[in-house]
This record gives sequence, C-alpha cells and structure tokens, in this order.
Amino acid sequence: MNLTAASSMTSQPDIGTLRSQFPALQTEVHGKEVAYLDNAATAQKPLAVLERMEQYYRRENANVHRGVHTMSQVATDAYEGARSRMASFLGASDPREIIFTRGTTEAINLVANTFGLGFSSGDEILISEMEHHSNIVPWQLLSERTGARLRVVPVTDEGELDLEEFRMMLSKRTKLVALVHVSNSLGTINPVRRIIADAHSMGVPVLLDGAQAVPHAKVDVKELDVDFYSLSSHKMFGPTGVGLLYGKTEHLEAMPPWQGGGDMIEQVDFAGTTFNEIPHKFEAGTPHIAGVIGMGAAADYMEDIGWEVIASREQDLLTYGTERLAAIDGLRIVGTAPQKAAVISFLLGNAHPYDVGTVLDRLGIAVRTGHHCTQPLMKRYGIPGTVRASFAFYNTREEIDRLAAGLERAASMLS
Amino acid sequence: MSTLDDRASELVAEFELFDDWMDRYQYVIDLGKELDPLDEAFRTDDYRIHGCQSQVWLQPGDSAGSVHFKADSDAQITKGLIAILLRVVNDAPATEVARADLAFLDQLELKEHLSPTRKNGLDAMIKQIRLYAGALAARSAASN
Repeated sequence: MNLTAASSMTSQPDIGTLRSQFPALQTEVHGKEVAYLDNAATAQKPLAVLERMEQYYRRENANVHRGVHTMSQVATDAYEGARSRMASFLGASDPREIIFTRGTTEAINLVANTFGLGFSSGDEILISEMEHHSNIVPWQLLSERTGARLRVVPVTDEGELDLEEFRMMLSKRTKLVALVHVSNSLGTINPVRRIIADAHSMGVPVLLDGAQAVPHAKVDVKELDVDFYSLSSHKMFGPTGVGLLYGKTEHLEAMPPWQGGGDMIEQVDFAGTTFNEIPHKFEAGTPHIAGVIGMGAAADYMEDIGWEVIASREQDLLTYGTERLAAIDGLRIVGTAPQKAAVISFLLGNAHPYDVGTVLDRLGIAVRTGHHCTQPLMKRYGIPGTVRASFAFYNTREEIDRLAAGLERAASMLS
Repeated sequence: MSTLDDRASELVAEFELFDDWMDRYQYVIDLGKELDPLDEAFRTDDYRIHGCQSQVWLQPGDSAGSVHFKADSDAQITKGLIAILLRVVNDAPATEVARADLAFLDQLELKEHLSPTRKNGLDAMIKQIRLYAGALAARSAASN
C-alpha cells in the first residue's frame, strides 16, 4: 500500500491509524505479523466494538425487558437502541422488523420453521447452486416435513447465476426464492434487484442471505423491496454469536412463533399461551445482549469509516490481488463474475488447497481452504475445494504481496 | 529402548538438521513422495479415512506379529506425515504399536497436524493404526 498516496487523499483515512483500531491485526503467527486474509470467514473487531461490549459488561449488565430498576432500563435502552440502529443500517423503516438471532444460519432456520410451515406438497422453494449449506439444509429439512420441492438455479462457468434458467423456474408453484446476495466461495455479487423484481412479478417472496454482502456495501432493504434479509454480526466487524433477520411486518405478523420461552409470551396459562408482539414473539429467552449492543457499535463503526472508503479500498485490493495472483504460473481463479466482492478463490496448479494453506500459515498468512460450506458448488466445478483470500478495508497491498510471494514459494515446494 | 523409540529418535535427529521451518515442510513433502505407492484398488471408500479437507486411505497388513500398513493421501503434506508415521510403526511388533504414544511427533512439532480439528484425516488414521495393532496383538496372544 502506498501510504503517502492514501493519506494525501482527504477522504482516505491513514491505513496505519485504521489498522491500529484492530488489536487482532497485530497478532504474530509463527513469528510474523499476521496477514489476515480470511475476512469472509470472520472479520476482526475494532476497539469501538470491544470497548462498547466491555462497557456493557462492566457497568450496564442487567437483563432486558424485565426490570423496573435503573440498570435493567439502561440495558433495555441499549439493546432496543441497537435494534433501531440495525434497522437504520439496513434501511428498514420499523425497528420491529428486526429480529435478533444467533446469526444468518438461525435467521434462515427461523423463516424455514415459521413462514415455511405454510408450504405443502406441490409447492416449490427456489435456491441456487452457489448457496452456503446454511441456505440449503434448512430448506431440505423443510421439504422433508412439508413435501415441498427444492429447485436449484444453476451457476455459469464464471460463477454467475443463470438468470434465464431462474426465470424459467419461477412459477405459480414457487412459494419462496432463497438466494445468497454475495457468494462466500466465489465473491459473486448477485443481481438481487432484478431477481426480486422478477420474483415479485410472479407474487413470490424473496429471502436473501446477506452474510457476505453487509461487510462490503450499503444494503437497503426498502429499496430492494426484499421480503426477508439475514446477516451475521461477526462478518461485519461485530461479535460472534449474533445476527439478525429482517422481515416485512406483514410476513412477521402472520408467522407463528418458533422457539418458546420467556420474553416471547404475552400470557402463559396451562390452558393456553398468548404470544408477544413482533419482534419479541421471535426472541425467546434472554438474548445475547452484549452481542446485540456490539453489533450496533459495529454498524456505527462501519458508517463512520464510510461506504465510499470501504468500497474504494476493497475494490483496489480486489483489482490488485486479482492481477498479482493471475500472474502466478498455474494459478486458476475460481469465480470470475464481473461483479465481485473482495474475495479471490483459487487453485494453485495441482496442489491440494490444504497444502497451500499450510505453507501460507507458516508464513503468517491466514487464508481459508476447503469447500467453504458450499459442497454442491465445488461439485459443480469438479474440484474438492479452493484456497480463498478474502479482504477487508483494513488489508493492504503489502499483505497481497506477501500472499503472492507465499504462493510462489508454495508452488515450488509442492511441484 | 523399543523399536518404535529408536526409529522416532532417528526421525527427530533428522528434523533437527533443519533450522528453517519451510525446509522441514519441504522434507515432509519429500518423504511423502518416497512413500510406497498404495495400489489403486485400495483407494476406495472402504479404505478411506474421513477427513474434511484432505483424504487418507489406509490398507492394513501384517506378518509374524508385526504390522505393515500402506497409505496415501490426496494432499502432499498429509502424505508426508503419513510417511513419517509409517516409518515408525511399520514392521514393528503389534503389541508395541498398540500402546505407542507417538510422543515423538511433539518433538517434531508436527502435532498440530494431528489434531481432530485439522480435519485432514491423520488423527483418525492414528486411531485406526492403534486399533488394528491392538486387535492383531490380542489375536496373537490368544493363539499363543
């Protein structure tokens, strides 16, 4: 990274200052400062998030929605404040449309186990070949229970959804389209606006798996007119174990509750129980309060950095990374869609991804290897897995140089 | 000292010749290339040890109370680690192999590869080797 060039632009923060906000980026791995290029698995956490969570535990810790006492009210305000914060982060007009979950996986399972219960034999659920297992298996389980059929939109050689096929598969039988917004394995940014418009023209609601989208760009659920949107906090610089489901009010109100317990009820009697209003109807038990508050702080942090800075830094890393890696003899990039997030999946000659990842690890470079929880997609390309480098705005060109040098070394060792 | 301990010390001494970690890995990879080939007929699901990332195939065998395994992997580092393990256990008495703690792997500082979380099938392979050796030892003891 050219530090002078970056800091001389008024809109670009100094990269050193930026990185100093992320303590884990200073971790040493095998005696070298880590080049953390596994952001699609989980992103590092800035001080703003860590300190906000610590403040909650140190000074505000109390249960929410329960106490008359001051600390409980402070905690409730912080928790519900984070709900409003996440609503505005996603462009939702009503905070009641935000349901806190353990993450994207639980958000999708929630929809499958509530909205999906209305499906029956003859109905169809449309997913794609590039889905993460978390957007495949809940629908398979639902299919087994309801008899609804799972249909799979194919992916092209470049890693794009086959939109023509998608349109042909849409029919009166389709009850839901459940698609990934940005592919974790390939980096492809799917044309969700068009997909939603097409689905809606047939009266079909759409759920998007936004886990890999929200760390990279502003998502506006109102503008997209999406029915359900799911995300994980830990991929957007927030804590692990928390995420959310956005749902349109009309869907959420019509859906039955899923998990039962405290907080989700209005009245409990052995003769029968009545349920709380949304969003609380879907939040049984004491939630991950610190996590939710931390996720809100992460949203603040990202917007403070600014979407333009995030986009321009990531675009630079993607372009530079693609150039550097493509120049390596025998390296093949898997996923070459024109619209991509800062993810580069690749194979190095005939070397097994596990071997490449092991050599890179010894050099202090963290990448992901394997099937990335997208086994059907790997099967589609006839490969066991890939090596994946995924960038965040705090990564640098120097780290990509280290990756490229590490790959040259791995190639000579593994030839 | 047992057969296994002798062989393990020899390996540890060999690895100590390398100062640089990358050279050690290169040596592991090279040892893998020298591994006796596994017949294609044994590269099947029946002989496969499941690992999430790299696959391992293990063909057990024995003669005169000693074990003799052949094995292979689709990943070169895993294959090299297999070669190291087999150099220590192959043609050693089953009784010794069954109770081997394979502590030398700690000294090679390669044990990180042998944890279940590495998902490369090696950990499961060691369990299989011990199980097989244990069964063989029990059989020999019964027939004696």
